[in-house]
Amino acid sequence: MTKASALPQFEDHQNQTHKYTTCYMCACRCGIKVTLEDEKIRFIQGNPNHPVNKGVLCAKGNAGIMKQLSPAKLNKPLLRKPDSERGAAEFEEISWDRALDILTERLANIRATDPRRLAYFTGRDQMQALTGLWASQFGTYNWAAHGGFCSVNMAAAGLYTMGHAFWEFGDPDWDQTKYFMLWGVAEDHASNPIKIGLKKLKERGAKFVAVNPVRTGYQSIADEWLALKPGTDGLLALAMIHVLLRDGQIDDEFLIRYTNAPQLVVNTPGQVGDGLLWRDGDDATQVYDQLTESFAPAMSADIAPALMGEFETPDGVPVRTVFSILLDKYMDPQYSPAAVAKECGIDAATIERIALEMAHVAFQESITLGIEWTDWAGRKQTQFIGRPVSMHAMRGVSAHSNGFQTCRAIHLLQILLGTIDCPGGHLAKPPFPKHIVPPIKPAKVNAPNTPLESAPLGFPTCPEDLLIDEQGQPQRIDKAYSWDAPIAAHGLMHMVISNAVAGDPYPIDTLMLFMANMAWNSSMNTSETMDMLRAKDADGNYKIPFIVTCDAFNSETVAFSDLVLPDTTYLERYDTISMLDRPISEPDAACDAVRIPVVDANRDVLSWQEVMVEVAGRLKLPAFTNAQGQPKYENYKDFIINFERAPGIGFLAGWRGENGDQSLLGAPNPKQWEAYEENECFFKYELAPNQRYMRHANLDYLTLAKEAAWVGSTEQIVIELYSETLQKFRLAGQGLYDGPQPTEENQKQRLVRYFDPLPSYYSPLEQQSVSSEEYPFYAITQRPMFMYHSWDSQNAWLRQIMSQNYLYMHRQTALDMGINDFDWAWVESRSGKIRVQVKHMEGVNPNTVWTWNAIAKQGGAWGLSDDTNEAKQGFLMNHLISELLPSDKGGSRMTNSDPITGQAAWYDLQVKITPATAGEEGSWPQFAPLKSPPGYTPAPTKQGYASHTNVNLNRPWSDIFGRRSS
Amino acid sequence: MKLGLAIDLDTCVGCHACATACKQWNTSGTIGPLTDTNPYGKDPNGAWLNRIRTFEVDESPLSKTVNMPLSCMHCEDAACVTVCPTGASYKRDEDGIVLIDQDRCMGCNLCAWACPYGARELDPGSGTMKKCTLCVDRIYDEQLPEAERQPACVITCPTNSRVFGDFDDPESEVSKLQKQREGKPLMPELGYNPVNTYLPPREPIERPQGGKVLGKVKQIVNRIIHR
Repeated sequence: MTKASALPQFEDHQNQTHKYTTCYMCACRCGIKVTLEDEKIRFIQGNPNHPVNKGVLCAKGNAGIMKQLSPAKLNKPLLRKPDSERGAAEFEEISWDRALDILTERLANIRATDPRRLAYFTGRDQMQALTGLWASQFGTYNWAAHGGFCSVNMAAAGLYTMGHAFWEFGDPDWDQTKYFMLWGVAEDHASNPIKIGLKKLKERGAKFVAVNPVRTGYQSIADEWLALKPGTDGLLALAMIHVLLRDGQIDDEFLIRYTNAPQLVVNTPGQVGDGLLWRDGDDATQVYDQLTESFAPAMSADIAPALMGEFETPDGVPVRTVFSILLDKYMDPQYSPAAVAKECGIDAATIERIALEMAHVAFQESITLGIEWTDWAGRKQTQFIGRPVSMHAMRGVSAHSNGFQTCRAIHLLQILLGTIDCPGGHLAKPPFPKHIVPPIKPAKVNAPNTPLESAPLGFPTCPEDLLIDEQGQPQRIDKAYSWDAPIAAHGLMHMVISNAVAGDPYPIDTLMLFMANMAWNSSMNTSETMDMLRAKDADGNYKIPFIVTCDAFNSETVAFSDLVLPDTTYLERYDTISMLDRPISEPDAACDAVRIPVVDANRDVLSWQEVMVEVAGRLKLPAFTNAQGQPKYENYKDFIINFERAPGIGFLAGWRGENGDQSLLGAPNPKQWEAYEENECFFKYELAPNQRYMRHANLDYLTLAKEAAWVGSTEQIVIELYSETLQKFRLAGQGLYDGPQPTEENQKQRLVRYFDPLPSYYSPLEQQSVSSEEYPFYAITQRPMFMYHSWDSQNAWLRQIMSQNYLYMHRQTALDMGINDFDWAWVESRSGKIRVQVKHMEGVNPNTVWTWNAIAKQGGAWGLSDDTNEAKQGFLMNHLISELLPSDKGGSRMTNSDPITGQAAWYDLQVKITPATAGEEGSWPQFAPLKSPPGYTPAPTKQGYASHTNVNLNRPWSDIFGRRSS
Repeated sequence: MKLGLAIDLDTCVGCHACATACKQWNTSGTIGPLTDTNPYGKDPNGAWLNRIRTFEVDESPLSKTVNMPLSCMHCEDAACVTVCPTGASYKRDEDGIVLIDQDRCMGCNLCAWACPYGARELDPGSGTMKKCTLCVDRIYDEQLPEAERQPACVITCPTNSRVFGDFDDPESEVSKLQKQREGKPLMPELGYNPVNTYLPPREPIERPQGGKVLGKVKQIVNRIIHR
C-alpha cells in the first residue's frame, strides 16, 4: 500500500472573500454566494440558506463568470452619429452628463406637451414596481414590461379565476403532492424550484404526467408523456372535466364553500343583463339556501347553498346556478374524450384514464393535517384537507391565442378536484392570493406635467374600464385595453413598434427600451421590424423619431438606437426583488431579496435603477421631488430605503422600522441595506402553520395579508369559475350591455365568440384563418434550460453547449418527405420564409416541428464574430410570425394575439416544409454583420480563465516506480 | 476507499448545471485553466470534464428521452492509466481517483483513445490532457464547510441526481443507492470496472382510477353542505 500522499493547499483561503447576492442569469432569482480573490471571481455557487434554490444552481448561474467577462459589455454612453443611419451602428461615445442632458431635455419636452408620446417598454427586467411608478409619475400610460409577449395569459387567467396563478404566483405543493401534471413547460421562471420539486416527486413515487408536443427536458423524466397537438391543451382539460362531471368525481364541498359555483346567474338570453350574477337590492350576489328554502346572499355563513338548480326570483327573473350552466356546457358530447381525441392527438382511453387517476388521488388518497385554523367567517376549523393533485402550466399554453381560456380550463380542472391552496395541491405564494380581481384600474388620462391618477396597467372588470375614446378607438400605443385586447393586463409590447410606425393610433416621439431585444428575437417578424425601425416619413425623418436603449450588452437593438445607455451587470448593481413587484416568496413564506455589488464596474456605466431615480429627480417628478423642488433621493439605495407607497410599506419588507426590528410593515430603516447584506441578501417571513393553506378563506392568513397591505380586506376571496367580467364584455359584443359597446363587426364577433364566462376552447386564431392543407405543420419554439430567460447566449460557456439550432422534425414524417437528418429545408408560413437545417427526432408530435429559440444572433452582436454559427447556421422562427392576423373580410388586420389579453400568439404558427435543393446551405435570411461599438476590445480567439495560478497535484515518484516494479 | 458518483437517470433532466459547475470550479482548480478556443467565434469548443449527452430510446410514440451525464468513471482497471507512456495518468491507491499529473503529461492523446467513455479532453491551451478529478481540490479541503466538501457538480445539481461517496463503504449513500436502485456500470463488458454507477429510470407503476364520490352525474343531488 502506498501511503496517502499529503495534498497541497489548492486554494489560498486567506486571500478569498465571500459575498452574497441574487443571481440574474435568468428570472429565477436564486441566492448566490460568490467567492472572490484579488477582485477576480473564483466561484459562484448556490446559497444553501436561500428559500428559492436551497444551495443548488443551474447551468446559467454557474456560467456567471463568463457574463461578467463578456466582450459585449458596453463601456460608455453612445450617441448615433448624426449623419449615420439607424442599424449601421455608427456611434460616438459621450459622457453620462451629456447623455442624461439629452434624455432629460427630450423627456421634459414630451412631458410638458403630450406625455403619451413617450413609449417606455421594458424587457426581461424585474423592477416593474420602479419603472411603473416612474411612468405613472411621468404621466404616460404607454408603459409596460414584456409580459404581453410572455406570461400574461397565465397571470391574468389565474388572477381572474382564483386570485393567484401559475407563473410566479403559485407553486405545486412539491412536498405533498401525489399526482402532478405539467402542461406545456420547457423551463420556467422557477428554474431550480421545479427541478428540486420533480426530484421530490420521483423519490416519493408520485406520478408525473407531461403534456407537451415535444419530449425534452422535464418531459424526459415524466412517467407519462402526452404528445398533444399544439394549442389543444384547453380541449384536453375540458374533456377531463367532462369525465369528472360524468362520474361525479368532484369536490362539491369545496365548490360550495369556496367558489361561485352555487351563485345564481340571470338566464334571459337575448336581453340586457343576461348572464350576469343576480344581485339583491344591496348588490349582493345570491344563492339558494336549502335550509331556509329561500334566496340568501352568497357570502352568508351558515347557509347550505344548492349547487344545482333553476329558480325564479321574486321579480320573476329566471336564474340558475353557475354549476348548472357548467354541467350543461361540459356534459355536451362535444367534450367527451372520444370527440376530442383526434383534435388533441391523444386517444380517448388515455384522457379518461388520467382524469380518473387524478380523481382517485384527490378523493381516495386525500391528506388530513390536524392544524386548527380560522375560516373567513371566524369559525374554528380543526384540520386542513388536502387533495394531493397539482399542476403547472406555462409557455405552451400562454403563447397561444386561446391561452387565457385554456389556462382557465386547467384551473377549472384543479378547482373541481378541490386542489386549490390545500395540502398537496396548487399553493399560492404571498402576496397572493388577491381578491378577484386586484382593485387596480388602468389609468385613463394623460395630461401635460401631470402624473397618472393610477398605475398604467390594471385589471378591467367591465367595458367602462377600457382605454378607448368616444369613437371606441384605442388610446394606448399598443392598443391594450381596447376592444382588440380588453384585459391586456401586461400591455402588448410586441405591437408597439408596428403601431408607432403606422401612426396607429398616433405617432410617438420617443421609444425608450430597457433590456429588450426588439430588433431581433423579442419581436415577431424580425426583418420587417428592422425596416420599421429605419422607416422614414416623406420629410426624411424617422417615423419613430428617437429611440433610447438601456442594456449592459451590445445587442442587435443597440444598433437601431439613437441614444444607448450602458447598464451594469447583475454582479455590479444594487437591486431589489420586491413584494411590491414580483417577489421570491415561497408558499409558506413571504420573501424578498436584493442585489448588492460583488465586483466594481470597471467601465463608465450606470445601472438603469440609478438612471431612473436620477432622471426622475431632474424632471421633478412629484414622488421623487421634495418640498423645496429638489430631488428627494440621493440615489437608488436612498430611494429604496425611504420611498413609501403607503405609510410603512416600502420596496423591502425586511428589517423595517427605525431600529430595523420590524417585518413587512414599518418606518424606513436607514440601515436596511446593511441588514440585508448581513442576512445574505434575502428576507424570509415564515407563515404560521395555520396560515399556510386555504388562504382565500383563511382569516388567520387574511388578517396578516391585510396588515401587510397584500390585500385590501379580510373578506373571503371567492374563486370565480364563472367570470362575470367576461360576460359583461360578451354582452357588449351582443349589443346587450348597458355601457360602452363596440361598433365594428369583427370586434363584436370576437367578444361574443371568445369572452365565454366559463372556460372554453376555440382553435388558435391563426389556425382558423390558415389552410391546414397548405400549411400542414404546427411550428413552435422553446428555450433550452441552460439559456431560458437568459439574455446572454453569447455566454462563452453556454454557447459551447449550443451555438446552432436545428428544425426538429418527427423522423418518419421527414423521411416520408425525402428530408434526411441534417438536410437543409425551406420553411414557409403565410408571412415569411426561412431556410433551416433539419434534425430528426422521435419524441415529437408527428405534425409538429420545433426549434430552440433565440440561438440565432446577428454576426457582430453580443461580441460574436461575423462568421459565428449563431449567424450562419442558426435561424429565428420569428421571421415566420406576423404581428398581425390575415385581413378579415373588411380588410382590417387585428393583432396576432389572444383576443382577451393581447398575449402574443407565438405558438399559433403553421408552416409548410420543402427540401432545399442541392447546394442550398446555411440559414436564410442572412444579415450583414454589425459593426462593433467604439471602445470595443476584440474578443479573444482563445481563453482560459482562472482566478489564480493552479496548484498542480504531482504524482508521487514512489507511486510511479512502485507500480512499474510490480 | 473507492470514491465515485452515483448518477440518477430517473431524475436527470439534462439541464447542464453539473457540466457548467464543473467547468467553473475546475477552470480555477488544480488542473485549470480549462481553455476555450473561439469562445466568441465559429465552432466554439474547449476543455470540459463533464458533458451531457441526450439521446432517444425506442421509436415514436413510445420513445423515451434519456439525459446522460458523462465524465470519468474512475475505472478500477483504467486503460487510460495503462497506456500512459509518461506515467502522468495514475489511479490513486488511497481513494481510487484517476488523475493526470499536468507536469508529466505530454499531450500524446493515447489515454483519450484508450478511454471508451470519451471522458478525457486535450486542453487546447496547455496541450495537456484534462479530466474529472472528482474535485480532489474540494473534497479534502477542511477549510470548506463540511457540506461543501463534495464535487462541484454534486453540490449544484438541481435535481440532486448526482451523489458522491465511497463505494467501498456499504453504509455510504452511493453504496445504498447502487443496491436499492440496481445501479449499472456503463459498458461493463469492456472490463475496465468503472466505479461510477448509473441508477436506471424507475418503471412506471399502474395507478388506481376513480372511486365513488357523488356517483354518476344523473344521480347527483344537492347535498346539504354548510358554507
